[in-house]
Amino acid sequence: MSKLVPSVAKLLAGNSVTKAAAPVASTSNAKYSTKSQASFEIKPYKLHKLDKGPATTATLTSEDALKLYEQLAVIRRIETASGNLYREKIIRGFCHLYSGQEAVAVGMRAAMRDCDSVITAYRCHGWTHLMGASVAGVLCELTGRKTGVSRGKGGSMHLYARNFYGGNGIVGAQAPLGAGVAFKHKYSGDGGVNFALYGDGAANQGQLFEAYNMAKLWDLPVVFVCENNGYGMGTSMDRSSASTDYYSRGDYIPGIWVDGMDVLAAREATRFCIEYCTSGKGPLVMEMETYRYSGHSMSDPGTSYRTRDEIQEVRQTRDPITSFKEKLLSNELATPDQLKEIDSKVREVVDEATKLAKTDVEIGTEELSADIYADCQEPLIRGILPNTPLTHIAVAQRN
Amino acid sequence: MASLVTKKSGLFVRLVKNVNDCTKRLSSHFIYYPDNEKPVEGETTKMNMMQAINNAMDLTLKTDPTAVVFGEDVAFGGVFRCALGLQEKYGKERVFNTPLCEQGIAGFGIGLATAGATAIAEIQFADYIFPAFDQIINEAAKIRYRSGGLFDCGALTIRAPSGAVGHGGLYHSQSPEAFFAHVPGLRVVVPRGPITAKGLLLSCIRERDPCLFLEPKILYRSATEEVPVEDYTLPLGKAQVLRQGDAATLIGWGTQVHVLLEVAQMAEEKLGVKCDVIDLQSILPWDEDTVCNSVKKTGRCVIAHEAPLTSGFGAELAATIQEECFLHLEAPVSRVAGWDAPFPHVFEPFYLPDKWRCLQALTDTLHY
Repeated sequence: MSKLVPSVAKLLAGNSVTKAAAPVASTSNAKYSTKSQASFEIKPYKLHKLDKGPATTATLTSEDALKLYEQLAVIRRIETASGNLYREKIIRGFCHLYSGQEAVAVGMRAAMRDCDSVITAYRCHGWTHLMGASVAGVLCELTGRKTGVSRGKGGSMHLYARNFYGGNGIVGAQAPLGAGVAFKHKYSGDGGVNFALYGDGAANQGQLFEAYNMAKLWDLPVVFVCENNGYGMGTSMDRSSASTDYYSRGDYIPGIWVDGMDVLAAREATRFCIEYCTSGKGPLVMEMETYRYSGHSMSDPGTSYRTRDEIQEVRQTRDPITSFKEKLLSNELATPDQLKEIDSKVREVVDEATKLAKTDVEIGTEELSADIYADCQEPLIRGILPNTPLTHIAVAQRN
Repeated sequence: MASLVTKKSGLFVRLVKNVNDCTKRLSSHFIYYPDNEKPVEGETTKMNMMQAINNAMDLTLKTDPTAVVFGEDVAFGGVFRCALGLQEKYGKERVFNTPLCEQGIAGFGIGLATAGATAIAEIQFADYIFPAFDQIINEAAKIRYRSGGLFDCGALTIRAPSGAVGHGGLYHSQSPEAFFAHVPGLRVVVPRGPITAKGLLLSCIRERDPCLFLEPKILYRSATEEVPVEDYTLPLGKAQVLRQGDAATLIGWGTQVHVLLEVAQMAEEKLGVKCDVIDLQSILPWDEDTVCNSVKKTGRCVIAHEAPLTSGFGAELAATIQEECFLHLEAPVSRVAGWDAPFPHVFEPFYLPDKWRCLQALTDTLHY
């Protein structure tokens, strides 16, 4: 990401010249966009126990437009690279791709402030990057290499960054943690809001309802975000959930339904949530209706419980990147050349990170017994052969 | 490396070298030893363990009209396809998907079984069973006892894939048998291949106490045997002696049995000794007689399991063996286990109690 910023800055610098007077607009092959901002109507939100919802018109500057486009593109690219690395058997084990759902994370991140925090489930590669980890940090973790955000010790699902309390591999387990993180925001008065994300499958886990209750009881600044991609593993939402109005399932917690394929809808809704939660009104439930193109994980072809036509139709009519791209172009917030330039830069960064993910070293075997405890009272870790313990070492920084 | 292993580092260094020399990451750490003896006479078919489990559930659904099979995604067979084709054959009322809610699955199964139906629940991975822990421990295991025998949920069997699979990482590799072995009222069973899986699963389904059936997931497709086609059961609570010898007793369950069978073969070739190899099969209740008779004969014992050493089920075996066989023991009971560390993503080959580690423990025991 950091590598990408200068390029965007350069693009924008070029753009800013044209913004005011827009002399370039008169030439037929304009390389840079001509409009500085545009407004967009957002598909109506559905509200539960709320009198007023998020703004239904979103204003987008060309600067933000390029940034959002780049983030969408980089996540899609990371997931394509992950899928390929998995097929090459370089990523082993479990791998859950986010392709199709990018607008949720990118839109939310655009509205979030530095003090806000996120916790999500196992579809976490994109979020990890948006929260500050480099592309290489994500891909190297997936291949179990030292540059990985968890030094390769976690692998897929176990990704972390500042204010990003992780991917979590146990369905629904992160939701109560989110309530806990939110309590910390409230208690310390740092003004932050926690976004606890889960899927439509996890929406049926009991602990989610325990978390709802505590959050409302104590009016915690937490937004329970249900990323509804239609399928909990291989079971469609209609066959798993008695009520598929996930935004209303907090009962006594107000909720919002959002078109999760529209990055601007996600951004505006998140802005509203932050305003709501920081005003002391307590938690919200936000349902993001979205779609995943891949199977649940890499071992699921994703076609035994839905048709290929269905996936194809979403790709053609609702793809979060294609639709956003069309918006930018038709409103002249960006030119095809600008977007192409971003695409090629993104490709370069992800390709470079992919290369590193294949060649980077693994951590030494001494780390098998590292960081199990803060301090090991008995400095030795038992196991395998009697009387041949491993030495407990501290590698990661202690808080 | 020197700081890593305080003793016997030579072996560890060799192991690291062996692993590093492999161009591909190890996907399996054992050779599969198929069962050659048929438990019953009659026609057999080649099946892998997934198919044998499928066959056991198929037979149950066919012969027991109250039987139902349910779990996450079992409608299309489940992630490991053990229920493949059963919904088409027996209908959506009897083979069905549940929401993703392990506590609910267990509780639902307990209620169903208590009311008289044969309930076969699948928890998608044994690592996901912990949300259901309370239901299994406090409801399933105790209902007969606390209702004074008025109710029981013996018709409940919970199946869960467990153990190392080559690349599972922290949440798809654990072996939780010891957690459940601490709970009177439950039965905990682990098969070692297709023949035992079919016979033991049918026993679990018909057993009048709730059973937890932990299936070593790496064996689903890698283990193939000639499995009897007809219905048969294998006794619960009984261990099986697979090789006989007088030098030492090697005890394992699940995948680890195959590691120990290879260790016994290596010991015969390299050390010129023969060992008893015991597949415990039933973790709770376990077969104390078979184990102690063997150890009294050999005087030496090595126990191996994938779960961490501390409070692993090997601890219970070792404690009982020293109590029952004290005067027969020529060496301390030895345990070879996973490290007391979370199951590591990149270090699986170093984490497992593989044949080299077991052979080293056996050698030490023999030379004690």
